[in-house]
Amino acid sequence: MSDTIASDTGEAVIKEGLPGVVGDWSGDRQAFPVPWGKAMMWIFLLSDTFIFGSFLTAYMSVRMTTTVPWPNPSEVFALTVAGQHVPLLLIAIMTFVLITSSGTMALAVNYGYRRDRRTTALLMLATAALGATFVGMQAYEWTKLIVEEGVRPWGNPMGAAQFGSSFFMITGFHGLHVSAGVVYLLVVARRVMNGFYDRKGTYETVEVTGLYWHFVDLVWVFIFAFFYLW
Amino acid sequence: MASTEGQQHPLAIYLWIWLLLFVLSAFSYMVDYYQLQGMLRWTLILLFMFLKAGFIIAIFMHMAWERLSLIFAILVPPLCLLVLVGLMASEADYTFLTRLEMFAD
Repeated sequence: MSDTIASDTGEAVIKEGLPGVVGDWSGDRQAFPVPWGKAMMWIFLLSDTFIFGSFLTAYMSVRMTTTVPWPNPSEVFALTVAGQHVPLLLIAIMTFVLITSSGTMALAVNYGYRRDRRTTALLMLATAALGATFVGMQAYEWTKLIVEEGVRPWGNPMGAAQFGSSFFMITGFHGLHVSAGVVYLLVVARRVMNGFYDRKGTYETVEVTGLYWHFVDLVWVFIFAFFYLW
Repeated sequence: MASTEGQQHPLAIYLWIWLLLFVLSAFSYMVDYYQLQGMLRWTLILLFMFLKAGFIIAIFMHMAWERLSLIFAILVPPLCLLVLVGLMASEADYTFLTRLEMFAD
């Protein structure tokens, strides 16, 4: 492979560790020994990290600067089930739905590399279905907040006005990513089903799709911790 | 390491990490359910968050098996965000104090 060099004795050795980093970056060849689609997806995800990082930092700033008490997310997002008042229930369910979808996606990538077309496609469809469920629950959450609680981007009856703008901006952008991911999954699942990647000779596209999907789950981990639990 | 056949690992490792993510999520929900407060709350929330993020990146996104050059290229730049958080936090403190000073009844 391209990350091997010839030693004095003529046999190929692979540089690992820091010398490997220097070799990969300074060598007169492709820097990252991965398929280009994977390298580009990672770089896209890096840029997306900065978008969500900036959103969360902005949220931190407005929450720290407001002199009005911040609404308690534990109470705002509580549900009453069978007469029982359960804090943050909907968000907990959404978290589990997203983690389940991440698991099915990881399995889909694995079965893709085993060339098991049917199982891969089915696991990807299951992932897409769980993603759509997540978006549906988010739509319910937004409706409840807007219609019943009267939360607006410019104010709400529970406390600091910035709560609404942060909430709609952050969860809206994340929901948009999940929705786009569902479409992405369906497109790739269809190609898995009709044998496109068998003809192409590689299932790396399934892994690249998986990277995007796991990133969406990853962002939710941070939103869950900083917005809902803090 | 990536080859032309891509990342192939035993199924068991995914299933274990999947289970672990469920358990860690349940733990972070419990932090809120039992209304733990103060330093204990923030420590546990951050601990579970970083563990979950770490497992997703390392195992599900296969970062643990990539070459160090790719790992550095992707994971080092986001550290800039820590600088942004530091700058914004100190600025936010200042704004908050100014607001108290100017808007206090």
